[in-house]
Amino acid sequence: MSTSTTKSIFWQGFRDGAPFVLVVIPFSALFGVLGTEAGLSVFETLTFSVVVIAGAAQFTALQLMVENVPTLIVLASALAVNLRMAMYSAHLTPFIGAAPLWQRALAAYFTVDQSYACSIAKFEREPALSVPQRMAYFFGAVAPVCPMWYLFTLVGAMIGGRIPDSFALDFALPITFLAMITPMLRTFAHVVAAVVAIGVALICADVPYNLGLIIAGMAGMVAGARTELWAANRKVDVQ
Amino acid sequence: MIDSTTLWTVIIVLGIGTFLIRFSFIGLVGNRAMPEWLLRHLRYTAVAVLPALVAPLVAWPAATGGEPDAPRALAALATVLIGLLTKNVFASIIGGALTLFAMLYLIG
Repeated sequence: MSTSTTKSIFWQGFRDGAPFVLVVIPFSALFGVLGTEAGLSVFETLTFSVVVIAGAAQFTALQLMVENVPTLIVLASALAVNLRMAMYSAHLTPFIGAAPLWQRALAAYFTVDQSYACSIAKFEREPALSVPQRMAYFFGAVAPVCPMWYLFTLVGAMIGGRIPDSFALDFALPITFLAMITPMLRTFAHVVAAVVAIGVALICADVPYNLGLIIAGMAGMVAGARTELWAANRKVDVQ
Repeated sequence: MIDSTTLWTVIIVLGIGTFLIRFSFIGLVGNRAMPEWLLRHLRYTAVAVLPALVAPLVAWPAATGGEPDAPRALAALATVLIGLLTKNVFASIIGGALTLFAMLYLIG
């Protein structure tokens, strides 16, 4: 495929990114709705999505602010949710690390679950792509996803206050997060990480400043990493 | 009510912090190899932090003043089970929401 023009590769990315719009629309609309329900203005809610552009972290920060958790803990918890993006960044670096700095900075801002997942699959499948072609593909995958993120945050924020209490919106966040987490449980180690995190979170629920969340998150990460090592060693032993 | 200073502090610092996380390797580290132990822990961040956030919300919902609530617990269970069976985020959300509405209507 190394003979493809940069333009056609952009459109390949666009096509591969397009299905994710179905996930992004309801998720961003929900953020808009919950943002205004929490008392944010439409402008504040939209700015939140444009500046941060990371759904799970935005919901985390919003939930903790509603609970009046100290700002430092809000930030630490939401940033912890985003640590997975350090892994995305590390994974993308060998492929696009040679691009000009401004392009890398732009790509960094647009590194979301969807653009990462599409691009890394493409780059590994077609190692012959040049760096400019890879950048074109990456921004192609971003093009349908990120504008929808902004647009439907706005739509959600505009309808937010009008949804009646009988819709039990308080539980939209838990359901959405549970639905997002379940497909991430790809290996036994992921399941162990989640189960340990849940257990520790429930035990530490009364720890002040919501620090229980951070303690539980770290416990889950360590449990996942240890399980992965244990599983890898066992495989070696069997062979 | 969230006060305006807190909100804007969170938006700006979270925005910058998130950008720096994303920019970390792509922008600053370049092609240097990452220590394996670090990558191994980063793999489990989302799968640990998100369930830890949700668990107390399911166990002690704010809407019932922190009292355990059968419709919400069953809705959470349905969401996870449908997710495990179908691997489909959509089906899982819709199934969970329908379970919640049905249970609130029946035993609310």
